[in-house]
Amino acid sequence: MSNSKEWPLWEVFIRGQHGMSHRHVGSLHATDAEHAIKNARDVYTRRNEGVSIWVVQAKDIAASSPSDKGPLFEPASDKIYRHPTFYDIPDEAGNM
Amino acid sequence: MYAQQVKSTGKKVVSLEEMSPADRDFQERINRGEKIEPKDYMPAAYRTNLIRQIGQHAHSEIVGQLPEGNWITRAPTLERKANLLAKVQDEAGHGLYLYCAAETLGVTRDEMFEMLHEGKMKYSSIFNYPTLTWADMGAVGWLVDGAAIMNQVPLQRTSYGPYARAMVRICKEESFHQRQGYHIMIKMAKEGTEDQKRMAQDALNRFWYPALMMFGPSDNDSVHSAQSMAWKIKMNTNDELRQKFVDETVPQAAYLGLTIPDENLQWNAETEQYDYSEPDWNEFHDVISGNGPCNTERLGARRKAWDDGAWVREAMMAHAEKKAQRKAALG
Amino acid sequence: MKPLFEFLLRQGDNALVLGHRTSEWCGTAPALEEDIALANTALDLIGQTQLWLGYAAEVEGAGRSADDLAYLRDVYDFRNILMLEVPNEDFGRTVMRQFLFDAFQVPWLTALCESADEHIAAIAAKSLKEALYHLERSAETVVALGDGTDDSNKRMQSALDVLWPYTGEHFLQDDVDNTMFKAKIAPLPVSLKPEWESTVRSTLNDANLKITDSTFAHSGGRTGFRHTEHLGHMLATMQVLQRSYPGATW
Repeated sequence: MSNSKEWPLWEVFIRGQHGMSHRHVGSLHATDAEHAIKNARDVYTRRNEGVSIWVVQAKDIAASSPSDKGPLFEPASDKIYRHPTFYDIPDEAGNM
Repeated sequence: MYAQQVKSTGKKVVSLEEMSPADRDFQERINRGEKIEPKDYMPAAYRTNLIRQIGQHAHSEIVGQLPEGNWITRAPTLERKANLLAKVQDEAGHGLYLYCAAETLGVTRDEMFEMLHEGKMKYSSIFNYPTLTWADMGAVGWLVDGAAIMNQVPLQRTSYGPYARAMVRICKEESFHQRQGYHIMIKMAKEGTEDQKRMAQDALNRFWYPALMMFGPSDNDSVHSAQSMAWKIKMNTNDELRQKFVDETVPQAAYLGLTIPDENLQWNAETEQYDYSEPDWNEFHDVISGNGPCNTERLGARRKAWDDGAWVREAMMAHAEKKAQRKAALG
Repeated sequence: MKPLFEFLLRQGDNALVLGHRTSEWCGTAPALEEDIALANTALDLIGQTQLWLGYAAEVEGAGRSADDLAYLRDVYDFRNILMLEVPNEDFGRTVMRQFLFDAFQVPWLTALCESADEHIAAIAAKSLKEALYHLERSAETVVALGDGTDDSNKRMQSALDVLWPYTGEHFLQDDVDNTMFKAKIAPLPVSLKPEWESTVRSTLNDANLKITDSTFAHSGGRTGFRHTEHLGHMLATMQVLQRSYPGATW
């Protein structure tokens, strides 16, 4: 009996309020997607936390590798002109 | 605490100079306060230790359901029944979050269950004590959850990302647990009948020293602590937390009009903290090694639940697979 | 007993007894996720109990509270249907019982939302949302366990065989029902039978389970005439503190 197959692991994403993005809240085990959504409802929305649930099987998530961190993310760090604070606008021009 | 690390590795902490470049890099990240994430490099011993610690913590949550579950069917009012059930349900949730955090380190939940059932992984000594009266629901919430919170709040800053995030969620949810317990104590010890007052005092008498034991043996006896603290998987020493617990609990007991069962307990004006008696560490080692009042029942109950549920887990999985096949066949 | 009071006890005791039975699972369910889900169901039912028995106490007007009704009545004053007091036995029977009850509760509470008694309509509206989710979950679990393996199919069939003779009690009719019907407070339970049966038959069919041909129905719970032996043990446990320490507050 103890050899029976373990329920797969799912990652759970919840939209906390209307208009917000779904956020990763945690994981759980379930037999399939429908079961995972129900379990997510019971496990992760007990305190009124959600208006929408996404689940995705953990093994289906493609992730960047930590060793790519340099090439992936560092080139963005010197492009400071993408940020509004880069541009000096005189106060007289008002809010912008 | 929920993960009382009593076994010492006997090794002292390795200094930065002695480390391999990868290990040094890792330790420096921790020193800078960075979080370690599942796919990041980590020394094998960090991984092993974390699995053991998070696993113990998770097991403590689900074994911890049993002593309180013992009173759900006997709770004295509908509201108390709902409060207690919600609290014990939270413990199942906390176990679930923690198992998931441990799973990111390459061990499955079922494997951890099996290690628990085979006695290869431990859970907190506190849950091997019986809950005999309704006042125990008060004492457990007040003292046991109180002690747990003391340990869990700093763990929100632990170095392993998934563990820290689980602890954030747990701490947020736990905030009502200790208050729930203390509220029961107020009703019984302060506002209750003579019988209820006696029950409350009796519960404190039985749970005081086991609660002190939850923090684990004195740090002087644990080389292991130093390494865990360097890795930031343990944030304070056992003695620090125990002292903090005593200092916070003594006035709470006084408010209830209850007497802490320690003749040596007194305020020390010099250290500005309470002096108190150490728990009986022989009893602690007995409980940890399987000879506590309820070890057999607790582990037996977990094994039975697991075995009785096997057909359900298996059938639900089989159904999901059949459903997927039927869907595929329809094209 | 006033008919309205008795009617409310029937609603409240159903929720109380099933909520209590379900809470017995806490900490020992087949998987953590199921443990948490069962506790949610139990919490919903305990919440419903407080509403129904709270209103019952008000209608009775004898100065009793919902807790007094839950903790200080004996077996012969309980008005739940017998099926709900039958012990859990195993996860299969627990889920089957929940499903057979939910399949009734959904149309029943839907109808009660239109009750001429506004207080009842409000309780029903709140409870219905919970019951809809319970039914979705219990029906899917019944199908999964009926369909899953040969072993699970046998267990679910035996759960159904034990529980089926208790399902007819939902649809019995007495003076209380007639009075409620005339006052437009509630429909006659029997009017919901077609909908209940259609839900039950289609779900059990999906679950590869067979309903026995017998139409025999146990009764005596909702009238309080004759409960099973199980209820007394349940109450002995549930009421122990209130009975042992009369007058104490907790």
